[in-house]
Amino acid sequence: MSRRVPLEGSFAAAEAAKMADVDVVAAYPITPQTHIIERISEFVNNGELKAAFIPVESEHSAMSACWGASGAGARAFTATASQGFFLMHEVLYFVAGMRLPVVMAVSNRAVGPPANIWGDYSDAMSATYTGWLQVFAANNQEIFDLTLAAFRIAEDPRVLLPFMVHLDGFTLSHVTEAVLLPEQAEVDAFLPPYKNPYMYDPDNPMAYGAVVSPGTYGEIKKAQDIGIRESKAVIKEVWKDFGDRFGRYYNPIDSYKADGAKTLLMAVGALSETAKVAVDRKREQGESVGLLTLHLWRPFPFEELAEAVSGAERLIVFDRAPTLGGPTGPIIGEVKAALFDCRKDMKVAGIIGGMCGRNLEVEEFEEVIERGIDICDKGRQEMVETVGIRG
Amino acid sequence: MSAKQTRPPEFPTWQEMRSGNILQYAGGAKNYRTGDWRTDRPVVDKSKCIKCGMCWLLCPDAAVKQNEDGTYEANLFFCKGCGICVRVCPKDAITMVEEGA
Amino acid sequence: MEGEFIKFGKNLVSKEELLSSGHRACQGCGLAITIRLALKVLGKDTICITRASCWSGVGSVYPDVAWEVPWMQSLFENASAVASGISAAHEILQEKGKMAPRKINTVVFAGDGATADIGMSALSGTLERGHDMVYICLDNEAYMNTGIQRSSATPYGAATSTTPVGRVTSGQQTQKKDVPAIVAAHNVPYVATACVSYPFDFMNKVKRAAEIKGPSYIHVYSVCPTGWRVAADFTVDLGKLAVETGVFPLYEVVNGVYNLNVNPAKLKPVEEYLKPQGRFRHLKPEDIQEIQETVQKNWKVLKAKIEASKAMAAV
Repeated sequence: MSRRVPLEGSFAAAEAAKMADVDVVAAYPITPQTHIIERISEFVNNGELKAAFIPVESEHSAMSACWGASGAGARAFTATASQGFFLMHEVLYFVAGMRLPVVMAVSNRAVGPPANIWGDYSDAMSATYTGWLQVFAANNQEIFDLTLAAFRIAEDPRVLLPFMVHLDGFTLSHVTEAVLLPEQAEVDAFLPPYKNPYMYDPDNPMAYGAVVSPGTYGEIKKAQDIGIRESKAVIKEVWKDFGDRFGRYYNPIDSYKADGAKTLLMAVGALSETAKVAVDRKREQGESVGLLTLHLWRPFPFEELAEAVSGAERLIVFDRAPTLGGPTGPIIGEVKAALFDCRKDMKVAGIIGGMCGRNLEVEEFEEVIERGIDICDKGRQEMVETVGIRG
Repeated sequence: MSAKQTRPPEFPTWQEMRSGNILQYAGGAKNYRTGDWRTDRPVVDKSKCIKCGMCWLLCPDAAVKQNEDGTYEANLFFCKGCGICVRVCPKDAITMVEEGA
Repeated sequence: MEGEFIKFGKNLVSKEELLSSGHRACQGCGLAITIRLALKVLGKDTICITRASCWSGVGSVYPDVAWEVPWMQSLFENASAVASGISAAHEILQEKGKMAPRKINTVVFAGDGATADIGMSALSGTLERGHDMVYICLDNEAYMNTGIQRSSATPYGAATSTTPVGRVTSGQQTQKKDVPAIVAAHNVPYVATACVSYPFDFMNKVKRAAEIKGPSYIHVYSVCPTGWRVAADFTVDLGKLAVETGVFPLYEVVNGVYNLNVNPAKLKPVEEYLKPQGRFRHLKPEDIQEIQETVQKNWKVLKAKIEASKAMAAV
């Protein structure tokens, strides 16, 4: 019997880690992730969670300790944001390449300079090529659900890849919403114990990380690439099972009133919910518009995107991070590239906004839709199309 | 070492590299003939050898083996000819002889 | 074969070779002897971590690695952190009943550059948190793997590829960083310096370190014939000279109390240690005199530390 509990996004992530009975949590504090690790350390000290909480001396060491723990057979979890995320950057590649199913919650925060603490996706986007599975949560229930499912997906022997759950810094991490928490018995039925087939075991010694020559590297990377693409099938399988058990179904791309819509707005994360209201308002005004919410970022859902946009003429992609010299936004760039293979006729507009936690009201999303339609039909007017930026 | 460990191919296909850079094969270096490196070979005078084992202990390559009679001699498959055994032998029972001489 | 030993007086040394032959280290490699002997003491229930170093290349080439125990290559600065994760995982899994109770040694073999420079922060964190592991620093006094560049453990006056002999200045301009002292300042249960030229002293220290619960640190002086421009057969002898001249004293710090393991009645002149090494060939008599004075002073300070630590322990 689920119970309905008011939880901050951070606490939802911590609850998921607790219910998954993680064994090792190694973390370093950084705003806005601190509530996640503080809550976990409370669980440990109160005896509610039996885990080793390792208060490391840097984020680089946080991910490194999770690496060691996961390889030794322990379920490992950590959380970070922005600058800390960048500090552990090289370790991310290693954890993915060494097939370690570490789960990490990232309270997305803008990267400095200028120094800041508020949320956008510039940190998340930098990890696009690390080989981690990545999802974006749009509300606190999704944070809980996606984090719990992450353990099962990551540890599946067909996957064995680390998993990142992105949640908007402050907008989700520090906002309380009602979250339905399942019974522990239901979670235990959903999530089997962790068994790493490549565990560090003196009875079966293996070498992890031998030096390879140009003659071998390419094959290893191709295998890794194919592996992460094939994991999408497992992600969908687990999400279906999750839905069957807990009643909430997740998809790589969720559609809202997209059937028959001429124009589609694609958004990610917390702001997609504000966008939903804007879409409703526009529809009341007679505009044929629908919303796509992107949940799965890596592996990129190519087929699902092609299907989601199949009836539409225009796609407006709203992004929350700049690329500084490339496509308007990183998500915009990837979506455009994906559409090139299936819908060369599609008109795509990219608009960025909400950087460093700047709030966007429903009216601004209506503006995004209007400007987006304009850009689709008449072409880009500015070098970088933004919303909510003065000037 | 686990019995199921087999040497993976030196030039694998990508399908063979699914587990990434995890090598399920320990101690494969034993296949590599480092003995080809040396220019001088250590020769033990068995009459002087007191079977103390210091040469075996301090060989960087574990390339010293013990004979049936307890004396020691170089394992020429691996011996790189560094000469440390000559210097640590308390009885000066080992000399370096040029290869091919 | 397992269980077979060779008797060296009162010391039993396992015949098992957990670092196999056929690795591609240079002839006379001091690191090779160190790792080989350490593994003989630690046994097969050991997980080894090395960082970017000579040994991540010479013993660890796909598909033929020299390690007969589970071994991993961490990143340059994080071996201590990975070791913390492994050590903590073993403890919590055994506590939760997810793993059968078993003693598995977690050992880091790291070079001087990885320890004294880039990995200092991770090492400090691991020591402070008190994880159960053994950290063996293989000090060959430079970044040897990448071509003999200087590290903060390079001794004063040594020529390296980034402190080369030049027309204006030559050699390392700063003193060697005293890493054992930094580690001892963390109040860990066991810190020691060692050298394979005194193999049984070294092996007994490794044994002690493995048995102690908590972090142990052994700083091993590893002669590098290639990097120091010394004859390949001189590895063991040069290590002895380093100890006998007082350049690298052998001592232990057990719960804060210093104890000297090798105490020569009279130190040999430092010139005997410097002369055989090509990296010191450019030194002028006044430089050698300066080094001699520094060594004498450090020796006196160490003696004073030994006395002081006994007094401190009594507080």
